Amino acid sequence: MRAWLPTILRGLLLLVLIAFLVTPGSFEPLLRPLVQPNAPAIYNQGSLLALTLLHLRTVFIATLVATVIAVLLAILVTRSFGAEFLQLSRSLVNIGQTFPPVAVLALAVPAVGFGEKPTLIALFLYGLLPIFENTLTGLTNLPRSVMEAARGAGMTDFQRLLQIELPLSLPVIVAGIRLSMVISLSTATIGSTVAAKTLGEVIIAGLQSNNLAFILQGGLIVGALAVLIYDGLSAAEAMLTRRAGST
Amino acid sequence: MIEIEAVTKLYDDVAVVDNVSMVIEPRTVTVVVGTSGSGKTTLLRMINRLVEPSSGAIRLDGEDNRSIPGHELRRRIGYAIQGHGLFPHRTVAENIATVPGLLGWEKSRIAAKVEELLTLFQLDPKMFGSRYPHELSGGQQQRVGVARALAAEPNVLLMDEPFGALDPIIRAKAQDDLLAIQKHFGTTIVLVTHDMDEAFYLADKIAVMDKGRVLQYGPPAELVRAPAAPFVETLIGDAERPFRLLSAAKIGAAVEPGEADGEPIGEDGTQQEALADLLWSGRKALPVVSASGAPMGRVTLDALLKCAARPQ
Amino acid sequence: MGRARLLSIARQGSGLRIRFDKLGIVIALLVAYGALGASFAVLKPNRIVQGEAKMILAALPAWAGWGLIVVLFLAAAASLFRTSSWLKLVAAFAALVTLALAIGSAASFLAPAGNTYARVSPASGFWLLLFAFMLLAADAITRLRPPPWMRVLFLVLTAGGVGAILLSGSWNGLSIMKEYAGRADVFWSEAGQHVRLALGSLIVAAAAGLPLGILCHRVAALRAGVLNTLNLIQTIPSIALFGILIGPLAWIAATVPGAAEIGIRGIGTAPAFVALFLYSLLPAVANTVVGLAGVPREANEAARGIGMTDRQRLFQIEFPMALPVILTGIRIVLVQNIGLATIAALIGGGGFGVFVFQGIGQTAMDLVLLGAVPTVALAFAAAVILDALIEMNSRVLIGARSA
Repeated sequence: MRAWLPTILRGLLLLVLIAFLVTPGSFEPLLRPLVQPNAPAIYNQGSLLALTLLHLRTVFIATLVATVIAVLLAILVTRSFGAEFLQLSRSLVNIGQTFPPVAVLALAVPAVGFGEKPTLIALFLYGLLPIFENTLTGLTNLPRSVMEAARGAGMTDFQRLLQIELPLSLPVIVAGIRLSMVISLSTATIGSTVAAKTLGEVIIAGLQSNNLAFILQGGLIVGALAVLIYDGLSAAEAMLTRRAGST
Repeated sequence: MIEIEAVTKLYDDVAVVDNVSMVIEPRTVTVVVGTSGSGKTTLLRMINRLVEPSSGAIRLDGEDNRSIPGHELRRRIGYAIQGHGLFPHRTVAENIATVPGLLGWEKSRIAAKVEELLTLFQLDPKMFGSRYPHELSGGQQQRVGVARALAAEPNVLLMDEPFGALDPIIRAKAQDDLLAIQKHFGTTIVLVTHDMDEAFYLADKIAVMDKGRVLQYGPPAELVRAPAAPFVETLIGDAERPFRLLSAAKIGAAVEPGEADGEPIGEDGTQQEALADLLWSGRKALPVVSASGAPMGRVTLDALLKCAARPQ
Repeated sequence: MGRARLLSIARQGSGLRIRFDKLGIVIALLVAYGALGASFAVLKPNRIVQGEAKMILAALPAWAGWGLIVVLFLAAAASLFRTSSWLKLVAAFAALVTLALAIGSAASFLAPAGNTYARVSPASGFWLLLFAFMLLAADAITRLRPPPWMRVLFLVLTAGGVGAILLSGSWNGLSIMKEYAGRADVFWSEAGQHVRLALGSLIVAAAAGLPLGILCHRVAALRAGVLNTLNLIQTIPSIALFGILIGPLAWIAATVPGAAEIGIRGIGTAPAFVALFLYSLLPAVANTVVGLAGVPREANEAARGIGMTDRQRLFQIEFPMALPVILTGIRIVLVQNIGLATIAALIGGGGFGVFVFQGIGQTAMDLVLLGAVPTVALAFAAAVILDALIEMNSRVLIGARSA
């Protein structure tokens, strides 16, 4: 019974989220007490569902590109010809993570202007780091005996990469993607300050009109999305770890 | 046949393997012993070119091992290591199928080979084939590791401390299995270990290495009888000498005509086993039978004592 | 014999052959493009309109322009070959200092005298050159593996250098400094507010997080619940959490006697402070738990065996051994807080975010930089100092272990 509880709770969360996005009006009585008598309790300057989908699209695109680039870079610096860059890339990731997301976002504006572009760039750059770091961890911490056996079996460098190194690193890479996505989901809301269409619009509208219901619904939708995606990727990671066995 | 000719490996101008030459006969078990840092593993890894020699040459059946790319060479040579190195994300069957897969064998041929090997190593193919390495015991993992090394029917099998991680009981069983399998396939085995008991039990010939050099290379009895260097003597151990001689020789070599009472012993066993049996049961002689069970004569305590004595 | 001799000479020859540094090639290409292919500075008639991009030779007096190009190419040449890392570091620093001085003199050279509307800002070429030489410096420092105190020294030297240039006034012609000049008072009060928010919430979070972490370590039943709750808080986007807190805090200010007097209000510092505190709890608690769990069993057994009480064990054994991991948590919190404190501006909490969001609102990018650059510098400095602290503490432990 207890083991099922988290799964049931997540299912419920997903159902409530979908219900809220499709028919936000039916939740009005819940949010009504939070606002002034004349103020709207449900976001009325656009469709919540559309904003949610745009928000997710921005995050997915940024994470996808970040994953591809980060994994490629990590592969590059762990090959013998790229080994010179390994230590440097570690330091750069370390330095890069000290850049606050808002600063990255704000600094991207002069380069590309307002709208979705600076948000995508900020999310991409910021999302790159955890994925790169984790891929690097995965690729450099493979069991020595397994790597030795793979070479001894006569695999070429490329075969080793595709058949052994990447599959064995996959759980750690997925953990990096998970981290990156959760950060991106939250950072994307700030994108609305530079006119990107995300759920941040709802929150900022709430801040500007002193409407707690807006802030709450915007925040909770992003929070729910983050929890669901975090859990989904955690489950994927656990499955991959089980499959990869415990060496 | 493996011919190692004046092979040297330098790391930062330090010779880890120093001008080693030796010839390994086909279908034999050669054990390379030495302390850690003696260069024995490097020597082994130069045979399948996991390490490239700084100078010298290694020939397999007359062919220089640099005549084909390293990865192709390694597909033709079996390789088993300590801690087995099984691929944790692949099933037992997939692990064993690794090299045949790389060589592009047909699926049916690979499946048949996997089944044959699993059966040979006393692992039920139906039960174990689909399991993952972490679901096996240490001894089973080690057997799968050796099976994987043998999957493409290599003439040569290189083993680097293959039994190092096993507990003594499972290790003894694994050693017996290895000898049986070597007989079955006629594989040439080169095995690296620091365990002298293991060396004497398995080897047709032992090479003793120290500081990158081969100090002595010959049959086990020769090492005891005429150690070429003080280091070899130390490694064998003064108190162990008679027993090493007995453990390196088969009972068959000490059989004499005649009869004896009690439980017979097989001619395949080592003379050390026969001596132990005699001492424990308080007898003076044991009946000896061949592998098929036919009586061959007897082995006496006196004969064994002569075998264990310092050769004149 | 002759042939062997020749061979050995040939081998020595190949040892002497000049070897290129792969990163150096990348840096040299960046420098070449940044110096010759991209514009160095932008001249704008006023702070908002599009400007006119100028290359190095157009942005500086001829002697200075050529001088800059020579210095840049010499430094790039030093990066190109496999030479000593110290040499590269010196080259990188020399190039960075020259760049810093050059951009200042470009400002005074380009802006018409007496025109207070005209703005000069660094352009893409300058940023590219800055990036290239910072990369070179980072690579050199990475290879030198300087001890922690030396890294802090580098930081202090860099801060001192930037401070000296700022005081000398040679950057006063730059647009970002003109933005500053108009708001010098506000700038420093917001800076103080930013640090108060980031550091203050960190101190409170550490004070609450360490005992909570120790409690979670001792009471296994609490662990999952506490960590999951804190994890959940982290998923709420920062602006939303800042906003959500407005309601309850306004309520407290209105109903709890004395709350309003000590500064609790619906908007402003209070919700920002509380939000940062809540975000800080997870790293503080989680790292305490992980650090304590990582203390070797033998050490604990031995401590028990010689008769230490639980309290003695905690303070003399567990806590010192877990310190590097706990400090890592503090580092995460501090760097994260310095970044997140920018968001406080959206709810009237002040900090450098004020300039960032004002700048975005007015599409005045120099104002954005006035907020963003100090934030990044502060976060970077915090990371360097805490990394050094962490390393010093782990060194003590490693040394103790190997002894």
